[in-house]
Amino acid sequence: MSPRKSKILAGVVSTAAFLALPLVIQDTSWGFVIRLLGVMGLYGLLALGVNMVLGYVGLLDLGFMAFYAIGAYTTALLSIHGWSFWLCVPVSVVVAMGLRALLGWPVLRLRDDYLAIVTLGFGEIARITLNNWDGLTNGPKGLSLLSSTRVPPLGFFGADLHTNTHFFYLIFAFFALGVLVSWRLDRSRIGRAWIALREDELAAQAMGINGPKLKNLAFALSAAYAGVAGAIFARWENFVTPESFTFWESALLVAMVVLGGRGSLVGVSLGVALIVGLPEVLRSDLFRWAGGIQAVNARYLIFGAILMVAAIFRPQGLWPRAADRAPRKD
Amino acid sequence: MTAALLLEQLINGLTLGGIYALVALGYTLVYGVLRMINFAHSELFMGGAVVGWAVLTVFPVHGVGAVALTFVTAMAVVGGFAVLLDRVAYAPLRRAPRLMPLISAIGASLVLQNAVFLWRDNQLPFPSPVSVRTHALGPVTVTDIQIFIIATSVALMALLTVFIQKTRMGKALRAVSQDAATAELMGIPVSRLIALTFFIGGALGAAAGVLNGLYYGSVKYNMGFVPGVKAFTAAVLGGIGNVPGAMLGGFLLGLVEALGVAFLPEPAWKDVFAFGLLILVLVVRPAGLLGENVAEKV
Repeated sequence: MSPRKSKILAGVVSTAAFLALPLVIQDTSWGFVIRLLGVMGLYGLLALGVNMVLGYVGLLDLGFMAFYAIGAYTTALLSIHGWSFWLCVPVSVVVAMGLRALLGWPVLRLRDDYLAIVTLGFGEIARITLNNWDGLTNGPKGLSLLSSTRVPPLGFFGADLHTNTHFFYLIFAFFALGVLVSWRLDRSRIGRAWIALREDELAAQAMGINGPKLKNLAFALSAAYAGVAGAIFARWENFVTPESFTFWESALLVAMVVLGGRGSLVGVSLGVALIVGLPEVLRSDLFRWAGGIQAVNARYLIFGAILMVAAIFRPQGLWPRAADRAPRKD
Repeated sequence: MTAALLLEQLINGLTLGGIYALVALGYTLVYGVLRMINFAHSELFMGGAVVGWAVLTVFPVHGVGAVALTFVTAMAVVGGFAVLLDRVAYAPLRRAPRLMPLISAIGASLVLQNAVFLWRDNQLPFPSPVSVRTHALGPVTVTDIQIFIIATSVALMALLTVFIQKTRMGKALRAVSQDAATAELMGIPVSRLIALTFFIGGALGAAAGVLNGLYYGSVKYNMGFVPGVKAFTAAVLGGIGNVPGAMLGGFLLGLVEALGVAFLPEPAWKDVFAFGLLILVLVVRPAGLLGENVAEKV
């Protein structure tokens, strides 16, 4: 068998094993893993969005959770008014992308570190607004989909999706679609232009790349990922509150992308798995010895240390994109 | 709104503004020298409050001496810590792309905040070293603490201005801020001045933290984040890298926020107001009120 063929075979086998996993473990004591993987998938969608701006174009976004929140609240509100999930998804995507384009239009002219602070500010504005606009969002108490009788079941060709296993498949279907879109864009004219802007904006513009337009495209498109993830989150949890969308969550998304490898789809997935999985490892018996202070409370401290160490010692990430692997002469 | 209420909010605004201005100076000094946002600066503010809390809790002393001891300890400890922070988290990234020090700074901020969280995750009551009196100025009331905060912040800012404008070291600092490479060629020890910048910024942030503790009477691990972003807003408002700008921006933001509280239906919206102002300033006049429009160096 040629190396290429065996690689494909390994890919097919591991994908099939991954997809069969929930069916095998759903009735065992390992059932909680399905939910954990689902959470990883949602963060994976978000990280794909962050990767599009941070990995491809090199723009640091510290308020990405705001668009996840916008997607989640849009779907929650529409569902309470009886809208089907399959209509909520496109509407959430359009609302998230629209608001993001509106924010991006003025701020993308700014220097990159200013952009980071502006997105942070917007993230806080969004969270505080959700927390205080009682008439629309029910404030800090949040919106519960279970308290409304008008929420339609999440139907899929006659099936009613409601268990963790169902959501596992729903999430990974969207995740696969997200990876496909990112992957195709990366290999297109647009993707090459993005990377060129990331590497040297001035030189890229001199080559005729329309910097502001392409930055805005990446910025708006990334919100589509947040919109989809938010829509699924709202229907899965049946509950949304502003407290799920803090600044630190946005910082974690950046950590996932930087740790895994900016611009590398495998790297980003790896980063998500490591950072979402870490609290579970800390909670497990492996860390019982650290039980004096519950080890899991130290997770944010560890995330912070990971960010610092990654920035200083391995800025290209654990699994860099192929082009970043070769040592560059700067 | 009555004139008395307006005046009262004016005093509240100046108090708040003094604290913002001190923190904003830390952002602006570091930015002036390194062109970098020290994202972990808000944790230095929190650190100052925590050290102040520790001093007053371990030595339950009273009087003016206790206040002086608290300030000196907090400023020295946090100033030194800021230098250490620079050596560990930022110095290795001096030649890296601009995003990398910022990412490292976010990491440092997470580490510092959660180190304090693991130690004390609750709200710590800040002891009051002096008994607080309230003065009636006509229809308006002012507390000792408010007068103290305004006086201390103005005094520290005056001290800083004299240092920067009148001393040899201050002159060297201005030279590094204008052009680090040329300053180095002229024999200025740039790396020592960077350390000095972090020390001063950290010490001013710590003083603000102690003032904040005295004002609100409590300290918590996450107390730095919101004032940090607001102080950064103040620095940008005045023109980041510009020292008088940070002072002006701090007081201006404090006043705007205090008056906003009087007009807004819900006090929580004041943060939206501050962050909205940040976005507006960056969009309309990114150089700030006192900053000059400097072309990006290529």
